[in-house]
Amino acid sequence: MTVRTAILSDYAITPLAFGSEENLSAYLEGRSCLRRHVGTFGIQDPFYASLFDREQVEAEAVKAGIPENYSFFEKVAILAAGRAIEASGTDPASPRTAFIISSTKGNIERLDNCPGEAPLDVPAARIASFFGNPSTPVVVSVACISGLAALIHARRLLTSSTRYDRVVVCGAEAYCGFFVSGFQCLKALSANRCRPFCADRDGLNLGEAAACMVLGRSDDTQLAPWEIVCGAVRNDANHISGPSRTGEGSYNCLRAVLPHCEERPAFVSVHGTGTAYNDEMESVALSRAGLLDVPVCAMKSVFGHTMGAAGILESILSIKSLDKGLVLPTPGFTGGGVSYPVDASPVPRLADGNSFIKLLSGFGGCNAAALFRKGGAR
Amino acid sequence: MKLLGISRITPGLATVNDIQREVVPDGKGFLHSLYTSLKPDYPKFFKMDLHCKLGFLATELLLEGTEGRFEPREDRAVVAFTHNGCLQNDLEFNAGCKAENYFPSPALFVYTLPNIVTGEICIRNRYKGDSSCFVLPNPDREKIQECLECVFQDPVTTSALCTWVDYKSEEDYEAYAFLIENK
Repeated sequence: MTVRTAILSDYAITPLAFGSEENLSAYLEGRSCLRRHVGTFGIQDPFYASLFDREQVEAEAVKAGIPENYSFFEKVAILAAGRAIEASGTDPASPRTAFIISSTKGNIERLDNCPGEAPLDVPAARIASFFGNPSTPVVVSVACISGLAALIHARRLLTSSTRYDRVVVCGAEAYCGFFVSGFQCLKALSANRCRPFCADRDGLNLGEAAACMVLGRSDDTQLAPWEIVCGAVRNDANHISGPSRTGEGSYNCLRAVLPHCEERPAFVSVHGTGTAYNDEMESVALSRAGLLDVPVCAMKSVFGHTMGAAGILESILSIKSLDKGLVLPTPGFTGGGVSYPVDASPVPRLADGNSFIKLLSGFGGCNAAALFRKGGAR
Repeated sequence: MKLLGISRITPGLATVNDIQREVVPDGKGFLHSLYTSLKPDYPKFFKMDLHCKLGFLATELLLEGTEGRFEPREDRAVVAFTHNGCLQNDLEFNAGCKAENYFPSPALFVYTLPNIVTGEICIRNRYKGDSSCFVLPNPDREKIQECLECVFQDPVTTSALCTWVDYKSEEDYEAYAFLIENK
């Protein structure tokens, strides 16, 4: 019997809302926390970003009993994981529960005063031990695909052995001057709200988030209709900070995932960062995979680029929207910006189908795709 | 899983399957001398941060002289394990941001991700398969094996070129590269 990977619960925290459903509602209402920042993190050049209200998060952390000396990153991750764990009825202290954390820079805000806390395994250990988990958590850090790579790793962990019954996968990113200076010096940030796949797109927006899914083994699919059917990660072997012009790795991921589709996916939840190179590359990959007629949604003009959280956050929102029979809009989409026109829309559309593909790409030439399916009726 | 070979680099010593690799000092430090001895003729090496340099050199040591080495392939995963990751480079980039003349260097920023080493190894060897980066507190055998069991769940992946790289300072670093076959 094939072991299936069930999504037992999820919880997303963004500057827009606390909770997965709450984020979906805010999204559909057309809201966003992307705004112009001047002087934030001590950065003089203005930038557009979706950032947490620090005071609100701190207050929630106190309510949740998180020690004050924990980093901001650790606090948002614990807040998201705590709610998801609770909703799934998982015992986080069991040796049969594994923790996987995804992030690109974790505690980087501590680099100035406490560089010993910067390595990613340090916050991961603190997050897992907050919940009393006895095992060493694994950190999956693969640039922008981290969150999806972590979900794929979690699925493999559940199907390769019977060591674990539950896997808590939590992705988070919290910013500081380090990120903004870095992306500004790469000239990758837009001075306005980002415009994925549009002709006048000129860069990405940074976005903070924490998002968590609790996964279980096949028996649980009776309780939870959504499953991660399969996933693949492929490298472009082309350039460390630019995607392949032929969409090589992204296409190879899709090629690995597509044979597992039982139907045309309802949509592809694309990366759509709003940078010139990424969006063009994705259009090439989708074209090569024969998916140009499948609707796409890009969420970064709502949440910004949430880096290590993106794969989990955007998968959660995709699930929630398909539960309502909708393809999420790509706010501000006017099109005309890529060689192979993608089927995005500035307004919500009715979805046709019970599955979707999540697609991401990142620095280091990495790409990931995963197929999610609602299997309740099967 | 079967271990096909392992290389190791520490300050002043390079080994392949526990046999010392002769490194002729070129007067520019041990890692540069190792590069010169391996003769990869790969100028991109000089742009890399130390995490990538160590991962690159360890895999070069291990794969040196392998037949059909640069044929593009999708069946070999590249898996990086690390604790400190690119911390040294992060500190250097951060210093530029804090400097009086505010100079965040784009050349440094692109190396502030611990998975970049897998990209460098994939580019060098034309590997278009799975590539991953796992951060752990130490090179825990059991955890590494658990991660690799997961990597081999991809039906396309038949072997994995792995690294454990931990760079603390010029006097304190360690890099391993090992090749695992799924048998």
